[in-house]
Amino acid sequence: MLGRTANDLFWMARYIERAENIARLLEVGHRLTLLPHEGGEAEWRSTLRSAGCEPGYFNRHETIATSQVCNYLLLDRDNPSSVYSCLSTARRNARAQRTAITRDMWEALNAAWIEFPTIAAARIEANALPDLFDWIRDRSALFRGALLNTILRNDTFYFTQLGTFLERADNTARILDTKYYVLLPENELVGGGVDSAQWAAILRSVSAHRSFRWVYRDAFKPWHIADFLILNPQMPRSLRSCYAEISAALAGLEHSYGGPTPCHARAEETLGRLVANDMNGILQTGLHDFLGGVITGNNLLASDIAAAYHFNG
Amino acid sequence: MRGTGKGKRPREPYRAVGAWVEGQPGAELRRKSAHAESMFRRTGITFAVYGAHEAAERLIPFDIIPRVISAAEWRRLAAGIEQRVRALNAFMYDIYHRQEILRAGRVPADLVIQNAAFVPEMMGAEPPRGIYSHIMGIDIVRTSENDFFVLEDNTRTPSGVSYMLENRETMMHMCPDLFGLNRVAPVERYPEDLRATLESVAPTNLDREPTIVVLTPGLHNSAYFEHSFLADRMGVELVEGQDLVVTGGRLMMKTTQGLQQVDVVYRRIDDDYLDPLVFNPDSVLGVPGLFDLYRAGRVTIVNAPGAGIADDKSIYSYVPEIIEFYTGRPPILKNVHTYNCRNPDDLAYVLENMADLVVKETHGSGGYGMLVGPTSTRAQVEAFRGKVKATPERYIAQPTLALSTCPVLTDEGLSPRHVDLRPFVLLGDKMRLTPGGLTRVALKKGSLVVNSSQGGGTKDTWVLEE
Repeated sequence: MLGRTANDLFWMARYIERAENIARLLEVGHRLTLLPHEGGEAEWRSTLRSAGCEPGYFNRHETIATSQVCNYLLLDRDNPSSVYSCLSTARRNARAQRTAITRDMWEALNAAWIEFPTIAAARIEANALPDLFDWIRDRSALFRGALLNTILRNDTFYFTQLGTFLERADNTARILDTKYYVLLPENELVGGGVDSAQWAAILRSVSAHRSFRWVYRDAFKPWHIADFLILNPQMPRSLRSCYAEISAALAGLEHSYGGPTPCHARAEETLGRLVANDMNGILQTGLHDFLGGVITGNNLLASDIAAAYHFNG
Repeated sequence: MRGTGKGKRPREPYRAVGAWVEGQPGAELRRKSAHAESMFRRTGITFAVYGAHEAAERLIPFDIIPRVISAAEWRRLAAGIEQRVRALNAFMYDIYHRQEILRAGRVPADLVIQNAAFVPEMMGAEPPRGIYSHIMGIDIVRTSENDFFVLEDNTRTPSGVSYMLENRETMMHMCPDLFGLNRVAPVERYPEDLRATLESVAPTNLDREPTIVVLTPGLHNSAYFEHSFLADRMGVELVEGQDLVVTGGRLMMKTTQGLQQVDVVYRRIDDDYLDPLVFNPDSVLGVPGLFDLYRAGRVTIVNAPGAGIADDKSIYSYVPEIIEFYTGRPPILKNVHTYNCRNPDDLAYVLENMADLVVKETHGSGGYGMLVGPTSTRAQVEAFRGKVKATPERYIAQPTLALSTCPVLTDEGLSPRHVDLRPFVLLGDKMRLTPGGLTRVALKKGSLVVNSSQGGGTKDTWVLEE
């Protein structure tokens, strides 16, 4: 496979995952603004921060307003992480690699790209934002389903997996880091209705507010939420699950290409920390520091992968 | 069938298709047609229009009524195409070696030697199997039941084969019952045939399966869809110049596991851009050092550099001579009578009769730089007359032919439109000709220009089996 192809597949998968994550974050932010007692502005600020879009947003807008935030994160062509930009970039990467992806994947992605501007305009006009968020998640699920059902289990698959799960790990870590203070144990004492809504919001933003109950059974406890999203191997968006997939994809590459590359060691080390640790250990290090370490580690791993597999020739 | 002409009945091969169309409920054909269009858009079968907005991707209009060719008609066409393709390759071998045909005075030497499409660097090169144009598309028109004329031989990088394949896929998807009524020769072998052809011209003495790539100028090229389509269907890498490098006397592509050797390059970039060390030094689309490797027989370039000389519009009028010279037989397929404006007598005739002629620039393509006399305004004709007078050697002219028509679906029901046919032929260890080809149709009423850049569309093309 060409190095350029691997690069495009990796970023195609990352941008699809990012489009979905942005839609989830918006969904939660939007929901919180509908609840009583919530400071809408603070919520939107943390949504922007979780999306990694805070500086970009304030370059463009001075104040925070629901319609502006939604527009910036959904449609703004100058925001590389807006859903529109994510779909465009993913589609451009896919189009450059039509030979590497299946027809089902291409059609799912191409149709989403074609339809998005019209659908978005209509839903915004009709004041039906939740419908739009659903639609985005549906398209991402359709693409991912097409990928899992049709793609050859070779390097094509492994590079898309790496893109998907590095992006997902990054997203989960950012959501947690933006809200880490409401997850600290001392907050349980002060946590009234406000924090409980925040906890629910964190779980919703990773589509986990129901599955959480099946795993923990008791009421939201902040460290359980952190445990669920960081360490729980059952939770498909937890850092541990993401790193298990990353590690499996790197093992797949190692197997097809016959020999490990330096990036494997880094991924294994992170996975090892997630497997061996428990929440007590993490809270002792400091949740914020721990998450910061994960986010830095994700970036380093991405550049290691790019170097090891000649993404740039 | 309705609307195939004033009181004319459709020809025999159309019998089953005609009956089927008659049997369709009123809006059904229109519905199928709209559905076909949305399938094309989803699949991304689009082409970019030069000069239009960068992101512009357009569909080539697809007409749902197939064009039908009988087995007997096809046999005759196939024999004519094979004769032509072999003669043109013999011609290229000759002019890049001993130039017997020029010495014999059958083709004017200056017409070849001073031609922009003639590549002097190819003199004495030995392409595998002596083939220069492995992939050709011969544009053919019909003027009556038994008269076929060749309009153009595309010997460089003919495009459109992906439309031939996708048109068939779409028709089989939309109108399966129609295929039950006819025995339609399949076209789906083309990618396999292409791969076999490319393998058969790999450098000799390889001790492994040859590695083949398709070389594209990139995403923004108008035929990018076709490049990726063909690479995909053959199961080979689609590369850009930046993915290739010449090192240690070998052509290598940059893969996830380092450099890997490449043996056959199906290039979809022009001669000029292949190698900045030999041709256009500003090219970033090609690969420095590629041409030297090719001359040394270390890699095969398909079609060969310099293959454009055989489809030059000023050479065209000599193709009947060329066929006789190399095969010893008269041409099976006719040429359209062509006036070479470089000859004073021809020039005088052309200037006199311009309003009745089709005038083309010898190096133009894609329907740009041409005048269709009968459908042009007086001012357009006058403007063109000025251009021809200024540089007559750059122009040829042909009479407008009474092109055959095929029924197409329009808002007013079926209506006749002019068509041409581009069969696709492959030449390697043997000739491989796909039954049918791409039918292009001038969708504007009365128009004779079928190029997609000028508002043309396409149809599925059926060769019936006996």
